Amino acid sequence: MPSRSNDFVIKIANVNGTGSASANGLLMKAIFRMGIPVVGKNFFPSNIQGLPTWFEIRVSREGYVARSGRVDIMVAMNAQTYARDLADVSAGGYLIYDSTWSRDKQLARDDVTLIGIPLAQLVNAQFENVRARILMKNVCYVGALAALLDIDMDVIKQLLKETFADKEKLIAGNLKAIELGYNYVKEYCDCPLPLRLEPMHATDGYIMVDGNTMAGLGCVFAGATVGAWYPITPSTSLMDAFKEFCERYRVDRGTGKHRYCIVQAEDELAAIGIVLGAAWNGARAFTPTSGPGISLMNEFIGFAYYTEIPAVLFDVQRVGPSTGMPTRTQQGDLLLCAYASHGDTRHVLLFPADPAECFHFAVTAFDLAERLQTPVFVMSDLDIGMNDWMIPKVHWDPKYAPDRGKVYSKEQLENMQIFHRYTDNDGDGICYRTFPGVHARGAYFTRGSGHNRHGGYTEDAADYQDVLDRLRRKHDTAKQLVPTPVIRSKKGVKTAIVSLGSCDGAVREALDVLAREGTEVNYLRVRGFPFSQQVEEFLAHHEQVFVVEQNRDAQLKSLLLLETTVDRNKLISILHYGGMPIDSRGIVSGISDALAKGAAA
Amino acid sequence: MSFMQKPKVSHSQLPRNELGLTVRDYEGSMSTLCAGCGHDSITAAVIQAFWELSIEPYKVAKMSGIGCSSKTPTYFLSQAHGINAVHGRMPSIATGANAADRNLYYVGISGDGDSLSIGLGQFIHVLRRNLNMLYIIENNGVYGLTKGQFSASADVGSKAKKGEVNQQPPIDPVIAALTLGGSFVARSFSGDKAQLVPLIKAGIMHNGFAMLDVLSPCVTFNDHEDSTKSYAHTRQFYHPAVHADFVLSKKPIRTAYDDGEAMPVELHDGSTVVLRKVSKDYNPTNRAQAYSYLHEHQKRGEIVTGLLYIDEDQREMHDISNTVSEALRDLAYAELCPGNAALEETQNLYR
Ligand SMILES: Cc1ncc(C[n+]2csc(CCOP(=O)(O)OP(=O)(O)O)c2C)c(N)n1
Ligand code: SF4
Ligand SMILES: [Mg+2]
Repeated sequence: MPSRSNDFVIKIANVNGTGSASANGLLMKAIFRMGIPVVGKNFFPSNIQGLPTWFEIRVSREGYVARSGRVDIMVAMNAQTYARDLADVSAGGYLIYDSTWSRDKQLARDDVTLIGIPLAQLVNAQFENVRARILMKNVCYVGALAALLDIDMDVIKQLLKETFADKEKLIAGNLKAIELGYNYVKEYCDCPLPLRLEPMHATDGYIMVDGNTMAGLGCVFAGATVGAWYPITPSTSLMDAFKEFCERYRVDRGTGKHRYCIVQAEDELAAIGIVLGAAWNGARAFTPTSGPGISLMNEFIGFAYYTEIPAVLFDVQRVGPSTGMPTRTQQGDLLLCAYASHGDTRHVLLFPADPAECFHFAVTAFDLAERLQTPVFVMSDLDIGMNDWMIPKVHWDPKYAPDRGKVYSKEQLENMQIFHRYTDNDGDGICYRTFPGVHARGAYFTRGSGHNRHGGYTEDAADYQDVLDRLRRKHDTAKQLVPTPVIRSKKGVKTAIVSLGSCDGAVREALDVLAREGTEVNYLRVRGFPFSQQVEEFLAHHEQVFVVEQNRDAQLKSLLLLETTVDRNKLISILHYGGMPIDSRGIVSGISDALAKGAAA
Repeated sequence: MSFMQKPKVSHSQLPRNELGLTVRDYEGSMSTLCAGCGHDSITAAVIQAFWELSIEPYKVAKMSGIGCSSKTPTYFLSQAHGINAVHGRMPSIATGANAADRNLYYVGISGDGDSLSIGLGQFIHVLRRNLNMLYIIENNGVYGLTKGQFSASADVGSKAKKGEVNQQPPIDPVIAALTLGGSFVARSFSGDKAQLVPLIKAGIMHNGFAMLDVLSPCVTFNDHEDSTKSYAHTRQFYHPAVHADFVLSKKPIRTAYDDGEAMPVELHDGSTVVLRKVSKDYNPTNRAQAYSYLHEHQKRGEIVTGLLYIDEDQREMHDISNTVSEALRDLAYAELCPGNAALEETQNLYR
């Protein structure tokens, strides 16, 4: 087999609750530290202990971030899933198993090389404690892989030192387990494998981080002070991150007092209520949640839309309907969020594609929410939110100042005759608001019941419509304010992809594959809703548009049909909704097949 | 109708409070409730209490859910910001508002349907948080606004106007607040302004969640014979257990009361509530005793009223979360943004 350096996939099959996450993280980090682009996807069960879990590491010289669909090296640590894991290995690949126990000889493949390493035996001889034995078995396969793949041992040692800081005993224990695996393989196996790692310099200036962490960090930089939430996978780690960063950066040195307030609410109804109360009172407030939480929040979302209270919601989407598959990814909440709540409602959505955009869009979301005085949804998903991605470090503009939107100050109120909450003074559909406790003249009554432009209660048709029509104008204003789409296009190409969010990596890889096959396809990635003018123009300029998204019902396509003038015959869906992050293969075949059919017709 | 303005005439002869304001400065728009509705009397008591306390109206944030009772915040303090939340969810709005600015006065008005039926969860949790606010339940045993269905506070055996008899045991907000750790638990009656006004004042000044259940008859749907939430029934079984006299800070207190009977409780800001116990064996600072007293008297059908329990030392939400004393919403951005060096430092942890 020819040597294939820096371009392969390692998949580790394990049982959850055995501490494999830290071993897998160590392995991935080591590759990253060698300067080689790498991405990890964690496929874990909605369970605490004892169910199968997989971790997939893609090493990609080219820097592709989607799944490749291949498995070149399988580390089969879970007897329960052994048969399936073996079947998953791509032809010519390797399967590493624990040879302490005899293997079912029925299970073999001619096109897969089996590598047996007596992991349990090696570890049990050196570690007494039961829990340590379980943990160290995982660390031990990292050592074995280090030898097989040519991982720099100094990098591993350095990582252990950083991870365990001053806990010398832990460093020594982990290092011992690493060396057990490493030395065994060096002695008994041919190494390195033809699949191996060669140091590069492609990760300088990059970090490995998940989207929830970056979104939480974004909230801190945006100046959010109130966070309310109710725990739900896969959004929980966003609030964990916010809390951690606040503890680091928002605690008064002198008094120990907090410049933030996090409320763990009794449910999502209360979480969104807390956000609205805080925002109504002038704080930047947010809630992270997932689909089931958004479903519960619906009544309040309509209230916020109609009373024009800014709010930032992070919907870290997971597989629905209902409880669905809580630890799998999907983009299934697009329609739910675009029109959440009863009556004529429409909302602003942002679609980050990776953790870097989670950071930036968190800040954008607060600016837009306050500028437009309306709820803004950051539509992340489990893949972006919980998996570690390689992103260039984000930078902060020191000149940034939050856009608080149109708020009358005490002085302005002091100098005016009368204040009305819902008059469109500037013609953009956006009115001026006031905060409680600032000035008596700013007082008004916020109500979800029918109100006129002065904020008074109404049941009058004309007065009601007057406000509703202005809200529509305001939403049109939002088209110019949401992040513009990212477009990759060549003149004269008439076929295109429109996609969004975490499909980006797979789409970009598919474009390269198609280009190599001689098919040029243009690409637009939507980053905001309502759609900006560029989306409309892009659709108009192409004859055939493949809409790639991760849900069954073609929700992005539905939105494009509803909210642009595109001819529906132009749009062809490519859908992926099984819960695993999308990869390029379905996109490539979907487009190739359609084009072939078109050519034949 | 709320768009009707009350005539603004000069009231030079009306008494003025320390801020030089008359009681009219604390009013809101005209009530649209039924004539004789208990809720309107509570509104009047709220106006009186804020006036007597000389609180700047614009330093108050008033809020409510949905219901006839929840309409009342428009009828007082027109110079204060107000917010009508959705049905049963005012406690979460109050929590967020208070999180943003801990230095305003918060008053929430709710109904028995709003707090004990649809909103029971939020009611209990805001109480658990000991949010610093006055929370009034205008309790009439029915859903007024949807025309007279039983609410969760309807008593067993109470008859609806159309003859239906309630069979399910009531949820009593006082018992609930007492058993769930409430720091200020009181009950009163819309028809007893003398008792109600000082309770409202004490509730406003209490540092924590002041739960005030006020029996407030619905003249249209629940004031008939055989209703246990009627004016007549309430008057007949009314049992004041503790009178509360509210005294603003630094005024002499002890002299006016007989020793043993009077019990001064100092509030956070230095003002005092003097509790005058009707019955010598009642102790409003002992949760268990308060509970058994209530239980005993309620068994006899008596409606126990007054400031039934108070614990001024219980920590409110911000004390527990250790928030800065300024309003979070007023903090300068420079105090909130960690800056570029911090961003670099944090990101290096993900190398
Ligand atoms: C989600 C929702 N469900 C139902 C209603 C209808 N509704 C309005 S007020 C009300 C009951 C109010 O009862 P209560 O809180 O006791 O107030 P009262 O009118 O008796 O003062 C109901 C059921 C609503 N507004 N929202
Ligand atoms: S229906 Fe009952 S509660 Fe509503 S305003 Fe009339 S009397 Fe008051
Ligand atoms: Mg009621």
